[in-house]
Amino acid sequence: MALFSPWRADFPALAVLEAQGQTYLDSAATAQKPQALIDALSGYYTCGAANVHRAQHQPAERATRAYEDARIKVARWLHAACPTEIVFTRGATEALNLLAYGLEHLIEAGDEIVISALEHHANLLPWQQLAKRRAAKVQVLPIDASGRIDLAAATGLIGPRTRLLAVSQLSNVLGCWQPLDQLLHLAKAQGALTVVDGAQGVVHGRHDMTTLGCDFYVLSSHKLYGPDGVGALYGRGESLLQLRHWQFGGEMVRVADYQSAEFHAAPLGFEAGTPPISGVIGLGATLDYLADLDTTAIGRHEQALHDLLLAGLAERSGIRLLGSPQVALASFVVEGVHHSDLGHLLTEQGIAVRSGNHCAMPLMNHLGLDGATRVSLGLYNDQSDLQRFFDALDQALALLR
Amino acid sequence: MNDLPEAAWTALTAFAQAPGWEQRARLLMQWGERLEPLDDGERSEANRVAGCESQVWLVGERQNGRWHFRAASDARLIRGLLAVLLVRVNGLDANELTRVDMADWFASLGLSRQLSPSRSNGMNAVLQRMRELTG
Repeated sequence: MALFSPWRADFPALAVLEAQGQTYLDSAATAQKPQALIDALSGYYTCGAANVHRAQHQPAERATRAYEDARIKVARWLHAACPTEIVFTRGATEALNLLAYGLEHLIEAGDEIVISALEHHANLLPWQQLAKRRAAKVQVLPIDASGRIDLAAATGLIGPRTRLLAVSQLSNVLGCWQPLDQLLHLAKAQGALTVVDGAQGVVHGRHDMTTLGCDFYVLSSHKLYGPDGVGALYGRGESLLQLRHWQFGGEMVRVADYQSAEFHAAPLGFEAGTPPISGVIGLGATLDYLADLDTTAIGRHEQALHDLLLAGLAERSGIRLLGSPQVALASFVVEGVHHSDLGHLLTEQGIAVRSGNHCAMPLMNHLGLDGATRVSLGLYNDQSDLQRFFDALDQALALLR
Repeated sequence: MNDLPEAAWTALTAFAQAPGWEQRARLLMQWGERLEPLDDGERSEANRVAGCESQVWLVGERQNGRWHFRAASDARLIRGLLAVLLVRVNGLDANELTRVDMADWFASLGLSRQLSPSRSNGMNAVLQRMRELTG
């Protein structure tokens, strides 16, 4: 029996895209949005926008309450100990930059910042540039053929000079879960701070901050079916105290005169200026929507789709997967076919997939590739989407080979 | 369009008879095979056009005041796009080059989407490099 997503109808864009002849298989780049989010954004703007944490008037009170409710919802989603452990940012990238500046004072010349070979530019460049500013060193954990960080190598590379470990939970290119428990354990044994880039991981499965045990966890709203322009940083209570303030402006300050100022603690001290209010409220509504769904059923559906994707790719000759993807996505190259040519012909046929380096140039160089094609799934995808992709793939390859 | 170079007329006629995406793709690949080759020395970092998903190299020479470009790519459809771009501009002087409406040219071939800002195929980067070379 063909696989249908029972949640597809909750995402109006899917029907619109389908009517336009577009098959959306690029959810790892950004996800489509549920009606619940669209209603929340529309409701906020229709019923009266107001700034948060400032004025006493009623619209402001309503906006502030909705904004702070969203913080509670994110905290609950991540099973954080307390809502004050959640800082809203303008994206996952900004959250990682916040960390790279906020923790800069803890990094000294000769210290080591450990990342992995598969990091997205967003979890590489902030650390690379921090290392440059402080004359520190970036250590890169190698990955094995399946795309997992090599634990034996990590045991050797995470050492007494390691001040910080920053790794992805789920690779945006290789689609495999990383051995976080072991890596975090290795880092903590050396007294290092730990940062987990959950931009992809948070979309596929629920994760519990109290048991994960990292100091910081970063997520992006727009990949989690929420609005863009919003990210969240989870910081363990005592870890947040290590952060120095980095952006300065309205509402993050306690007292100010012309020459000096004192700042709020997290979270407000790290939310300078007017935050993305509508986006945060929208993220809250998205989490409400997601929380009402059957997590097990979603996991099963996504896994069944992923199995079909891998099986279809395996059936076709000359296709090589990057790593051994476990969930959500698969990246591949085709022997004798340039990824740009394939991308071009898939686009011509209305297949929305990604072709290129996927914001992970060092990983691509490491794999000896200049690019790959990535198919990524959302909970709203059906088997018919994959069928259309495979039909288009066959047509494209027939032309190119 | 009366001042089109002869090779451009040929392209226009060929693409006008290719209404579907498959025919257009076949034609592009055929045209791509006709690119004048670049030697290894010319496939240099200096001649590489940044901002393309595939590797693209572009060289331009002026002979008697008229520009002659050659280009290469490791991707076949990009080679085709380069070919139909070059037939439109080769043989023009700097003045004529500035007057070429590239969006219009690609549109008349049924390839307008290839110049849209979200496309990372690098055609816009190639045009930018041409302007730098001839500017």
